[in-house]
Amino acid sequence: MTTTDQVIEIVAAQLQRNPGEFTLETNLQEAGFESIDVIETVFSLEERFGIDIPFNANEDTASFTTVGDVVGLVEQQLAKKGAA
Amino acid sequence: MKRVAVTGLGAISAGGATAQATWEAVREGRSGIGPIACGRCEDLRVPVAAHVRDFDPTAHFSSRRMAMYDRFSQFAVIASREAFADAKLSAEDPAVRLAPLIIGVGVGGLETLDDAFYNLYSEGQRRLHPLTVPRLMMNAAPSLISMDLGLKGMTYAIASACASGTHAIGTAFHMVRGGGAQVAITGGTEACIFFGPMLAWEALRVLSHDDCRPFSRNRSGLVIGEGAATLVLEEWDRAVARGAHIYAEMVGFGGNADAGDITSMDKENAAEAMRLAMRDGGLVPGDIDYINAHGTGTTMNDKLESAAIHLAFDGAAPPPISSSKGVLGHTLGAAGALEALVACKALEEQIIPPTANCTDPEIELGVDMVPEGPRSAAIDVCLSNSFAFGGLNAVLALRRA
Repeated sequence: MTTTDQVIEIVAAQLQRNPGEFTLETNLQEAGFESIDVIETVFSLEERFGIDIPFNANEDTASFTTVGDVVGLVEQQLAKKGAA
Repeated sequence: MKRVAVTGLGAISAGGATAQATWEAVREGRSGIGPIACGRCEDLRVPVAAHVRDFDPTAHFSSRRMAMYDRFSQFAVIASREAFADAKLSAEDPAVRLAPLIIGVGVGGLETLDDAFYNLYSEGQRRLHPLTVPRLMMNAAPSLISMDLGLKGMTYAIASACASGTHAIGTAFHMVRGGGAQVAITGGTEACIFFGPMLAWEALRVLSHDDCRPFSRNRSGLVIGEGAATLVLEEWDRAVARGAHIYAEMVGFGGNADAGDITSMDKENAAEAMRLAMRDGGLVPGDIDYINAHGTGTTMNDKLESAAIHLAFDGAAPPPISSSKGVLGHTLGAAGALEALVACKALEEQIIPPTANCTDPEIELGVDMVPEGPRSAAIDVCLSNSFAFGGLNAVLALRRA
């Protein structure tokens, strides 16, 4: 399973929707994400990938706009973890 | 209906160890935020908190009594002793002995709980201190105040997260105004800067990594604080008759629930809470000269509270607003009480305290957040806003004495 597939699985599960409805371009807010969905998803991603995502709801909202943004965040932290 | 005077103030906070020190720190915009310092906190990501610093509980409580006192109760009792003495009350007076004692608490005895669970789950201990339950219960704070001051009136804790102190004061205010009591002791307290609770706060992703800058473009979130404040409320005529110093008049209280999001505030309902407080006090928006904002320093609060204020003022220019949280941090259950105290002192000294750390004012919010420093102003009436997690809103209205 690719990182993208896993992210989509987590995002879809958060909204209790079918993963097939999501692409990298899906806008999370338009898909129904509210503030608590964002922080729950960050937590799920950290658990799944064994990473720390330094997400601050006051500064980083732009980094959580689309599914592709989330994949980028995860890949960035996976790269950091690999380099460590 | 009786008029209600505020005749006693007490506080302990990151701003200082007394009501006056707390007020002066807020008035001067002198931040109490600094490095976080708690046991077992090395693994926290958050580096800052608004601690009550240089605090020695043994200076206030005998070692025999100390076993009953979680940190949140210590603060509550210290603030209440000060307010009680400030108002020159005596428990010999039947109206005082039977005074309602209502204290807002956000989460209760977390020092006790965090230590107990650490010992159980991490240290393998299989026994807990016999006073664990009476220390951690939310009513420990009001119960210990009643025992300390010899008060035997109706006594309980009120919980509404970040609005607890405001709800407590508002409830006590209505009791005195309705004639059910001549005197009431009320306020809020909190002490939750311990590893477990702070890790839980971190998970909400709203904590700042450096400082609390309400209504400022360079904001980075809220900073957790600790402390307590207590107010003595008293029937106006009684206060005048005994020559008590009156800081301010408590005139209105309004509150409601969003019945919506658990963490995000709702501007319509927050505006309605302000309208309810004004209506309760027979006030109209044009009467309000200052608002002590909830002002947590989060993006969401800044945007929604500013919008709510505009709604409540129905198109008219809102009065100056300021947040005290750049100085005191967000003290959760104590916040509404500390900020009511700030409102009383602002009215007494006719000074609007600034929003500390607002170094890059977000003018697009359309509010005057008093970023430059303390401002002398004619303030007849002010509001104090609290908007809690769980969608619970509470607003007080106070008038110059």
